[in-house]
Amino acid sequence: MNNILAVAGVVIKELYRRKDFYVLFIVTILICVVMASINIYNDAHIVRYLKEICLDLIWLCSLVIAVTTTARQIPAERENRTLLPLLAKPLTRVQLIFGKFLGCWLACGLALLCFYIFFGVLSATREHQWPVLNYFQAGMLHWFLLGIVVAFALLGSLIFAAPSSNATICFVIIGGILFVGRNLDRIALTLQEPVRSVVYSLYFVIPHLELFDVRDLVIHNWPLIPWTYFCLGLVYALFYMAVFLIGACLAFRRKAVN
Amino acid sequence: MSIILKTEKLRVEYRSREMRGATKVALSGLDLEVGSGEVFGFLGPNGAGKTTTMNVLLGFVPPTSGAAYLFGIDVRQPIARQRIGYLPELTYYYKFLTAEELLRFYAKIFGLTSTETDRRIPELLKLVELEHASKRPIKSYSKGMQQRVGLAQALINNPDLLILDEPTSGLDPLGRMKVREIIQRLKNEGKTVFFSSHELGEVESVCDRVAIIHQGELKALGRVADITGAHASLEQAFLNIIGYQMQPAS
Repeated sequence: MNNILAVAGVVIKELYRRKDFYVLFIVTILICVVMASINIYNDAHIVRYLKEICLDLIWLCSLVIAVTTTARQIPAERENRTLLPLLAKPLTRVQLIFGKFLGCWLACGLALLCFYIFFGVLSATREHQWPVLNYFQAGMLHWFLLGIVVAFALLGSLIFAAPSSNATICFVIIGGILFVGRNLDRIALTLQEPVRSVVYSLYFVIPHLELFDVRDLVIHNWPLIPWTYFCLGLVYALFYMAVFLIGACLAFRRKAVN
Repeated sequence: MSIILKTEKLRVEYRSREMRGATKVALSGLDLEVGSGEVFGFLGPNGAGKTTTMNVLLGFVPPTSGAAYLFGIDVRQPIARQRIGYLPELTYYYKFLTAEELLRFYAKIFGLTSTETDRRIPELLKLVELEHASKRPIKSYSKGMQQRVGLAQALINNPDLLILDEPTSGLDPLGRMKVREIIQRLKNEGKTVFFSSHELGEVESVCDRVAIIHQGELKALGRVADITGAHASLEQAFLNIIGYQMQPAS
């Protein structure tokens, strides 16, 4: 565990010493502050649109941070040859994968915390209320979704050598799942066999990331998700994280690192 | 003298992309033994199999057949790497870390206590003359400084065996001299050093024994004086062993 934490610590340091996060955070703040300064038709409900735009930006930024940070981890270690002195130490490849995963996931969590605090402050200034539990549920589900994304991008980084190609493929797949994933079963019914079975199987195999999208919960101040369903969602995410991490460990196990 | 590093009939084959997937033999039946306290030079022209041998010793590449041991433990087991230090050729360490942070990170992986780490880091930074730059990010370091921080990370666990892959590659004469001094100092402390180099003069001055490898096969093994034999220098002997014919000047 000590080795995993050591590797994770370096990944977190990398995130806060690079400019990517700060740029995305500042851009989000600027857009949201400009939007907040406009009060269209003096309509009180306009705050919902503001919250929606802010959350859309947070989602976009968090996915960019998660994919770009993770996709470069192993390829950068190979390119700079830091993988060699690292694996020449009593560190197993499994520990390295888990360390990288934990570091990226925790780094995403820290970034998400900053974004959600900003979001909370912004909406509190307009709504004069702070539904902390709603934010907690939305934030936690969002963070666990990023866990799946990080594990998936890590697996991709062991299959595709270039971080750019891995990041692009990850964005396309994650975007596809988020926008089309929930409708795959209905799409399958419109197709002929054997494509129908393939698409239908895909529906049951892919991680349904849209389940973690509970933005409406905080936008419309809806009642909380029952805690049982909330916990089941987290378990569902942990299952997919485990599947992708096992895949990554298997892909890295016999890979020559010279 | 106990045997610290051993290879038995080591063979490494891989599929070459340039040769359209044909099998290429990188190492063929390599037998080596390095004893405790020795400074062992591993020589060969480019592509001879030096780095492949080191990659097998460090567990980066699995051997096709044969075996390799460090301290009597099969190199495929991570514990075999607990008492070694390794300096790869041309490595660009984490640019966003300082030298001190880098050494602290590697110390954690070796499971060093914080007291031991706090004692070891200043010692090493002094040894490689990087005390003045210990708080600066590595991205601001020159090539020579990066190589020296690499040497410091290889020594963080006070290893009994040091594996150095062309440690003076790309360094200026002063940098080379410093690395040579450090190797000499480690030798005086009774450490075992296994290193590859193209600098034959350097090898001649610091090594107890050398091995010459060519096209994956061991061509010569013995004390520097024995290998040099009737030749004027180790370089002459090296060229003769690998079968290089001098072209007459036209």
